[in-house]
Amino acid sequence: MTSALKSIKQTASEIHAKILKRKKPSLKLPIRALNNVRYKPSEGFFEISGRKKERTLTVGTVKTFAQTLRMMALSKDLIETDDIASKREAYYISKNWQEAAFKEQPESDTVMDDIEAMLAVNREQLGFIPEEKGGEVAGRLVVIDKDRDTGKPIKIDCERFGSGAYSIPIAVEHLEFESKAKLILAIETAGMFQRLVKHNYWKKSNCILVSMGGVPTRACRRFVRRLADRLGIAVYAFVDGDPYGYCNIYRTLKVGSGNAAHLNKFFCAPQARFLGVTPQDILDYKLPTHELKDVDIKRAEDALKNDPFIKHHKEWQHALRQMLELGQRVEQQAFAKHGLNYVIETYLPEKLAHPEKFLP
Amino acid sequence: MAERIATPKETAETLAKKQREISVSEFFAKNRHLLGFDNPKKALLTAVKEAVDNSLDACEEAGILPEVEIWITSTGEDRFVISVRDNGPGIVKSQIPNIFGKLLYGSKFHTLRMARGQQGIGISAAGMYGLLTTGKSMKIISRVSPRKPAHYYEIQIDTRKNRPEIIEDNEVEWGYERGTVVEIELEARYQRGRQSVDDYLAQTAIANPHVTLKYVGPDGTEVQYARATEQMPPSPRLIKPHPYGVELGVLIRMLKETKQRSLLAFLRSDFSRVTPRVAAEICEQAGLSEKANPARIAREEADKLLAAISQTKIMSPPSDCVIPIGEELIKKGLAQVIEADFYEACTRPPAVYRGNPFRIECGVAYGRGGSEELATLLRFANRVPLLYQQSACSIHKAVVTTNWRSYGLSQSRGALPQGPVAIMVHIASVWVPFTSESKEAIAHYPEILKEMRLALQECGRKLAQHLRRRKREAEEHTKRTYIERYIPHISEALKEILKLKDGEVGKMNEVLKDILQKSRKF
Repeated sequence: MTSALKSIKQTASEIHAKILKRKKPSLKLPIRALNNVRYKPSEGFFEISGRKKERTLTVGTVKTFAQTLRMMALSKDLIETDDIASKREAYYISKNWQEAAFKEQPESDTVMDDIEAMLAVNREQLGFIPEEKGGEVAGRLVVIDKDRDTGKPIKIDCERFGSGAYSIPIAVEHLEFESKAKLILAIETAGMFQRLVKHNYWKKSNCILVSMGGVPTRACRRFVRRLADRLGIAVYAFVDGDPYGYCNIYRTLKVGSGNAAHLNKFFCAPQARFLGVTPQDILDYKLPTHELKDVDIKRAEDALKNDPFIKHHKEWQHALRQMLELGQRVEQQAFAKHGLNYVIETYLPEKLAHPEKFLP
Repeated sequence: MAERIATPKETAETLAKKQREISVSEFFAKNRHLLGFDNPKKALLTAVKEAVDNSLDACEEAGILPEVEIWITSTGEDRFVISVRDNGPGIVKSQIPNIFGKLLYGSKFHTLRMARGQQGIGISAAGMYGLLTTGKSMKIISRVSPRKPAHYYEIQIDTRKNRPEIIEDNEVEWGYERGTVVEIELEARYQRGRQSVDDYLAQTAIANPHVTLKYVGPDGTEVQYARATEQMPPSPRLIKPHPYGVELGVLIRMLKETKQRSLLAFLRSDFSRVTPRVAAEICEQAGLSEKANPARIAREEADKLLAAISQTKIMSPPSDCVIPIGEELIKKGLAQVIEADFYEACTRPPAVYRGNPFRIECGVAYGRGGSEELATLLRFANRVPLLYQQSACSIHKAVVTTNWRSYGLSQSRGALPQGPVAIMVHIASVWVPFTSESKEAIAHYPEILKEMRLALQECGRKLAQHLRRRKREAEEHTKRTYIERYIPHISEALKEILKLKDGEVGKMNEVLKDILQKSRKF
């Protein structure tokens, strides 16, 4: 029996026992939010703090309570039959539960996250998989996967996708890697990734390119983490120079998110460092900019005040303040002003020559 | 600059040829809006209203439970005949032409008694309007007793002379023992909805639960509001004017017309609440002899007398001359016309403005339905619905300045509250202070506003209680259905996970219901 299955049964029988004693049953859930995480520099990720909320069965909570239990029953079924359901599929399965059905998918997602946090397992172990894409990979890497039918290893050479790329699967625990690359470059936008792939940048700098496509998914974070651990190489992030790029995309890659605080231990890459684009780059490379929007300013100020990661790193506080003083944000594509391949020929080589200057 | 067209200079003599008396009828013929005949739709309503008001007043004064029938028939495009019949005391033959064919002729202007009509303009103005727009005479049949014949009249008003012109005068066979029927043909427009005849009659039924109304509209629809009570409202007593309400001109006229020979006797007998002691005090304050002949009091002295009155403390006028509808009957009246599941009413004790006694009453009906719509406001003065100039009326002001939010209704600033609610306010007084002759809005006297607010607040508090109870019941209901709905899912899920037996599921359902029924937290 898997540990997830054991947890489900144990939780259910505790509730059952309480009911038989004519007492109100309750569920204990850790609070999944940025204000309930600790940043542990030694370990390098956000760890969930002790605060929990207790969902006692009352008239007001009876609906969610029922839905949580039905979702647990569904998970038990998936594990026992060795099947999986995507988050969307789980939402549709709930339509069989008559009045307890979810109206919109976000409702079922929340219940799923709650169960995950309550049982301290990740949703893949519960048989639930996300819909989202994991990210793309190109460059000096051979991924070793398994053939689904025969179980034989399959070698996937990420150098041989031409102008395309290898897609990170939803579950990455079973993958093995072979590579002589010196570093992993995690890129925010698909556009920049395409440019670097097209010009075979990975050859020039002997690296593995990963396209995150915005905030990296769990699978993408786990992939980068396993890759970096196995190969023992550096991870550098190249994202837009704005508060979202710093505090959401990069921060989540490096230390995890508040919402998934209960699993950050596995789903982040603490060895990541920040290549650019930094506020200082705006000045150094005379980049064209846009004015910070109100949401940008709010996000930056909020991070300075509340984000445990930013609060721990003086360099980041300095960078965010510098951005606020400039009042400007910059996109990765802004280098095109100096020529389309300026980023390949000048910016990245200059930056990579001094990794010690990267932001933590 | 444009050249001016030369006009012959007028002299005092040429002007004098043009100067002559304007008859009241002529004045109103040209200023029909002052009497409520501004447009065809309103004209129809005003004509019906004046006739019905007269009928009700007549019946009540004679102590007869009113039964009024109203027919409206279309006789062409924008032309209607209205016909209103009552079971009242009838009118003696000699008075018929004056009552219907002369403006400012009536029994009510010279008295201070609570009544619907006041000036004696209404019905003759309606006839005049009919004549002006269609050229047709007013037709009247009236009979005072089963033993006497019914009289038929066709009358036109001579606008220049303010005098009735009798076109026809016959004795006729009439199928009713007693009463009066008036028929006027006029240019008008018929519309349903707000400010319509239908609306007016429905509201009349609310404020007059002792009245039976039968109505046949131009499209043939028949409506009947049967009386909700057999009890006649007590007949209002006539009162003498109170000194605080009298104005200089009126005072001078009263001084001239009095039968009394001394000032003291005049004050004592021609006003209410003036005792010999108070009369003496007024004379002394005014510096006038108690024995002075009232007829010889000069204007300056009258001025002093008025000042003295305002400085003397005089008891409030008697209030039994003002007859309220009463809380129970307001509720009955509302229930008869408005479908709701909560009715409340409040009758305030009598109060006084400028020497005139008045009473304020308020009723609230709360139904089921949309909470977005604005409340319906029903305004009444001496049991007559007021349909126009809502926002100029002090009733409107009293309602919008009441904080309905504290009574559980939503309300925007300076607006009527929202919700499936009808609010009625009735002012009963010997002299209702209207803002104009068309009697559409009530003037903003602070004393009146205060009483209205107090009445509204009392109804508001009861409404709030009702709404709270309703909300509690609704919550109780949701709670029950919530429990019924979701508990089986908990048991079902536990059964699946723990592989329980069916019997256990049923038992668990019962236990869970029990646990939750006890939990009051929602």
